Amino acid sequence: MTADRTIDENSVPRFVPHMKLKFDEKRQRWMILAPERLFLPDDTALEILRRCDGIATIRTIVDDLTRRFNAPSEVIMNDVRKLVQDFRDKGVLKT
Amino acid sequence: MTNVAPPLALLAEVTYRCPLQCPYCSNPLELERAKQELDTDTWLRVFDEAADLGVLQVHFSGGEPTARTDLDLLVAGASRFGLYTNLITSGVLLNEAKISALATAGLEHVQLSFQDAEAAGGDRIGGYKGGHEKKIQVAKLVRMAGLPLTLNMVVHRQNLDHLEDMIRLAVDLDAHRVEIAHVQYYGWGLTNRAALMPTRKQVETATAIVDRARERLKGVLVFDYVVPDYYARRPKSCMGGWGRRFLNINPAGKVMPCHAAETIPGLEFESVCDHSLSEIWTSSEAFRRFRGVEWMPEPCRSCDRREIDWGGCRCQALAVTGDAGNTDPACELSPNHHKMLQLAEVESDGPPPAFVYRRMGGAPRQKEAQPARDERL
Repeated sequence: MTADRTIDENSVPRFVPHMKLKFDEKRQRWMILAPERLFLPDDTALEILRRCDGIATIRTIVDDLTRRFNAPSEVIMNDVRKLVQDFRDKGVLKT
Repeated sequence: MTNVAPPLALLAEVTYRCPLQCPYCSNPLELERAKQELDTDTWLRVFDEAADLGVLQVHFSGGEPTARTDLDLLVAGASRFGLYTNLITSGVLLNEAKISALATAGLEHVQLSFQDAEAAGGDRIGGYKGGHEKKIQVAKLVRMAGLPLTLNMVVHRQNLDHLEDMIRLAVDLDAHRVEIAHVQYYGWGLTNRAALMPTRKQVETATAIVDRARERLKGVLVFDYVVPDYYARRPKSCMGGWGRRFLNINPAGKVMPCHAAETIPGLEFESVCDHSLSEIWTSSEAFRRFRGVEWMPEPCRSCDRREIDWGGCRCQALAVTGDAGNTDPACELSPNHHKMLQLAEVESDGPPPAFVYRRMGGAPRQKEAQPARDERL
């Protein structure tokens, strides 16, 4: 009944199987298809979500984003944990 | 009319046949006969057109969609066109082989209805003996087939006091999501309004239970809570606005902005047998009638929220005020708001009348006609 609610740097986020991240040609944007729902991630969220492949740890994702965006690692770590937590609460991601 | 945004989802009511008889069914009182159903090829053509038009999701609904023997073909077709497929079912006609065929066809998600937390209430409300137990078996089979599961619970005065147990049932059956929806009063629900209308106290208690459970079950169960309108202060953005997001196609192929739109007199709905889906969506009279903000009367017309709630629900405006073109009376700014609140308070006070069960030919001839007493099943 209780879920593990902590997300640390060794957590490995991945999409729940019925959550589909896809690019919609008609609207020219990325979206997540969920039962009776549609999530429209912004650019920052998308950078994180596209790295949630079930292999990369939070640490790996943060390191990758830190290199790519040349931003402080602690700030990115904070953003990534917050976003992964949020999408896990929404039933989109598992860790 | 070429700048109309494309629809997001299609509700495919593939049949009105259903073994259950829920007294809040949103189907029309005059159920069309099974022989008027669209055939397999027509549905497949419709899904192809829907995907081209920009539809992202198809909800297979009814009636009971699994009453159609070609459902797996329809699901496979929709999947092939890249549509996200969702089955909305009572479950009682399903078995392991059928579930496996649907999963193979590419079905992404199952929404299984429960009428109450336990068999006694569930079978009585659904009007189907043995239904509750069967649903529990089907929920397990769905999960064993690896399909994600939402439990759909329609709530009203006769089951709201069991809400905690209903939520527990969803957790026990390994559902990942639960949809708790207060009855919407059109179709059979409107006929049975007095038997279903909860008291304000029941609604407040239910909302508090959902709020607490949502917090407690974070990461375990996702909640979708559809609030009741009759005690509301502001209307819901019904269907996300008329002709903005949703298409509904009935078993005979008529295309409507919502599943209850046929209750509105004077609207002609076009059929997929005569026109393309794109033509109907962008330029049919019925879709244009209440689209956007041009049609709005005051107080909607000058309201800051006009593009948030889009004037609320047209069918509810009709049911309560007699005119589908009025502001939804759920809004406290509507001159008819007090009428709606009063209906709720009067109808929820005192013992509920017997259910008029949903069945072909079962609609009361006159609005007052009610059977003498409730049959317990």
